[in-house]
Amino acid sequence: MIEWIHPSLVLIVGSLLLAFLKGRLRQAWMLILPVIVLLLILGLEPGLYGQFSFLGLELTAGRVDRLSLVFAYVFGIILLVGAIYALHVNDRIQHVAAFCYAASALGVVFAGDLVTLYVFWELMVITSVWLIWRRQNPVSYAAGMRYLLVHALGGVLLLAGVVVYYASTGSIAFDQIQIGGPAFWLILIAFLINAAVPPLHAWLADAYPESTVTGAIFLSALTTKTAVYTLIRGYPGTEILVWLGAIMALYGVVYAVLANDIRRLLAYHIISQVGYMVAGVGMGTLLALNGAASHAFTHILYKALLFMGAGAVIHMTGKAKLTELGGIYKYMPWTFVLYMVGAFSISAFPLFSGFVSKTMVVEAAAADYRPVIFLMLLCASAGTFLHTGLKLPWFTFMGPDSGLRPKEAPLNMLIAMGIAAFLCIFIGVYPAALYAILPGPVDYNAYTTGHVLKELQLLLFTGLGFFLLLKHVGGEAKISADTDWFYRKGGRRLVGWIGELIVGINRRTRTRVSELLAAQAERVDRKHGRDGKLARSWPTGSMAMWTAVLLAALLLFGIR
Amino acid sequence: MKLGRLLEWMVRHGRLLSIVMLVIMAGLVIADLLIEPAYRRYVWDGIGGFGAIYGFVSCILIIVVSKALGYALLYKPEDYYEEETADD
Repeated sequence: MIEWIHPSLVLIVGSLLLAFLKGRLRQAWMLILPVIVLLLILGLEPGLYGQFSFLGLELTAGRVDRLSLVFAYVFGIILLVGAIYALHVNDRIQHVAAFCYAASALGVVFAGDLVTLYVFWELMVITSVWLIWRRQNPVSYAAGMRYLLVHALGGVLLLAGVVVYYASTGSIAFDQIQIGGPAFWLILIAFLINAAVPPLHAWLADAYPESTVTGAIFLSALTTKTAVYTLIRGYPGTEILVWLGAIMALYGVVYAVLANDIRRLLAYHIISQVGYMVAGVGMGTLLALNGAASHAFTHILYKALLFMGAGAVIHMTGKAKLTELGGIYKYMPWTFVLYMVGAFSISAFPLFSGFVSKTMVVEAAAADYRPVIFLMLLCASAGTFLHTGLKLPWFTFMGPDSGLRPKEAPLNMLIAMGIAAFLCIFIGVYPAALYAILPGPVDYNAYTTGHVLKELQLLLFTGLGFFLLLKHVGGEAKISADTDWFYRKGGRRLVGWIGELIVGINRRTRTRVSELLAAQAERVDRKHGRDGKLARSWPTGSMAMWTAVLLAALLLFGIR
Repeated sequence: MKLGRLLEWMVRHGRLLSIVMLVIMAGLVIADLLIEPAYRRYVWDGIGGFGAIYGFVSCILIIVVSKALGYALLYKPEDYYEEETADD
C-alpha cells in the first residue's frame, strides 16, 4: 500500500502523456487528470511525507498541514476550471506548460524545506512563461522575456538567501524565518517579487495581459498566491508587510484608473487584492492570517472568473481595449452575467465570496488598532468596485455601442465560468464551508448588521460617484508608465549611455594616442630629419677657426 | 436567449432602476443613522452614514488623483515602448 503520492508528480507525469494525445482523447485526459489530482489532494491527511536524504540534506517533499491544504484545495479546483476553459484550445505545448505550472505551485505549498521550495519555485517560472509565449506574437515574446528575467533575479535571490540561511542556522527547514540579517531579507525580497509588491510588481501588469486567453487563468491564480502562502509560512507578523500591503492595495487601484486594456486593469487589481493578503500577513494576528488565507482562496476563484470573462470577450471579439469595446451585453449575456458575479465577489458585496474574506482582513486591521491601514484598505475596496465592478463592465458590455456583434462564448468557457461563479456565490452564502478549512480556528461573523450596512453604503455610493463622473472615467488610448520603465526605457538608456561612453573613450583614446605618436614623430623628425640637429654634417670650417683662435691666445698669453 | 432579453428590459428601464437604487441607498443611510453602531473603536464609528460618505469621497479622490497622476506623469502614447525596439 502506497501511503503517499505527491500530487505534483502525478500531474507532471500525467501531463507528459498529454503531449502525445490528440483530439477527443486529449480533451478527455485534460478533464480526467485534474479530477484525479483534485481527489488526491482532497484525500490528503496532515503529516510529513516524502522525506528523503539528498547530498546530505534532509528533504521533505510533502508537508501537509492545514495551511498547505487550504492552498492546495483551491489550486486543485482552479486546475480543473482552467482545464475546462482551455478545452477547445489545440495547443499541446500550452496545456503541458499549464499543468506542469500547476504541479510546481502545488510542489511549493507542500515543500517542507527550502531546497524543495526553491526547485519548485524555479520550475514555476520556466513552465509559466510558455503561457505568455504561446500567444505567439512579438509583443508577448518580449513581455515573456522580461517576465523570465525578473523571475530569474528572484530565483537567484531566493537561492542566495537559502544558502546564507543554511550557513548560519545549519537547517533548511521552511518555517518562520527567525534570524535577521541577509538571509531574512534575501528570502523576503524573493517572496515579495512573486507577490508583486511595488516596486517589484511591474512584471505582472506587463506580462499577464500579453498571455494567452486561457493561460491567464492559471497565471492569475498561481504565482502570486504561492507567494502569499510562503509569506504566511515564513514572515507572519513582519511589520513592514502591513504598510507594503496597504500601499499595494491602493497602488493597483490608481493604475487601474489609467488602464485601457481590460486584462491589464484586472492584472492591476490582482496587485491591489494581494495587498490585503500581504497586509494581513504583516499584522500576524490569528484573524489577520486566517483572513489572508481565506482571501487568497476566494481571490483565486473570482479573479479566475474575471479573467475568464475578459478572456471570452477577447476570444470572441479580438479586441482587448475599453476604447474599442462597448455595447456587447446583448450578444454575450451569459459572459456578462457570469463576469458580474466575479465583479460582485471581488468588490465584496454581501452574499458574494469576497465579502466573507476581505472584511476579515479589514476587521483585523480595526481590531489590531490600525486606523490608517483600516481607512486605506476601505478606500481600496471602493476602488475595486469602481474598476472591476463598474468601469470595466460598463465600457465593455454596456456604454456606447462599438458596433461589434460577437457570438456568445463557447460552451466549455461558459461551463468553466459557471463553476467558478457557483463557488463564489456558495462561499458568500455559506462562509462556514470556507472557514472550516482555514489554518486556524475562526471566530468571526461577516454577516453582522453593522458590516453589511457599512459595506453596502461604501459600495453603492462609490457607484454614485462613478456615474456622476462617467464622462471622465472611460479608457483612454494610452499606456501608463510603471516601474518597468526602469528596465524597459531606463535600462535601454543605460545601455545606450554606456555604449556612448565606451565609444567616446575609444575615440578620445585613439585621438590622444595618434596625437602623441604625431608629436613623437615630429620630434624625431626635428632631431633626425634632413635638417635635424643630429643629422647635420660636422662644421669643420668653424673648427679650423677655433683652432686658430686658440693658437692665437696661446701666442698672446702662454708663450712668454 | 431569455437572459439577453431580460438584460435589454433592464437597460430600457434604466431610469426606473436608478430611482429604485437611489431609494435603497437613502434607506441604507437612514438605517445607519438610526441603528446603534456595533463598535465605538474609532471616531467615525459613531457617525451615521460614514460608509456612504467615505465611499463617495474615496471614489472621487481615486479618480481625480489617478487621472492627475496620469496626465502629469504616467500617461504615454501607446507606441511608447515600441519606437526604440523598431530599430533593433
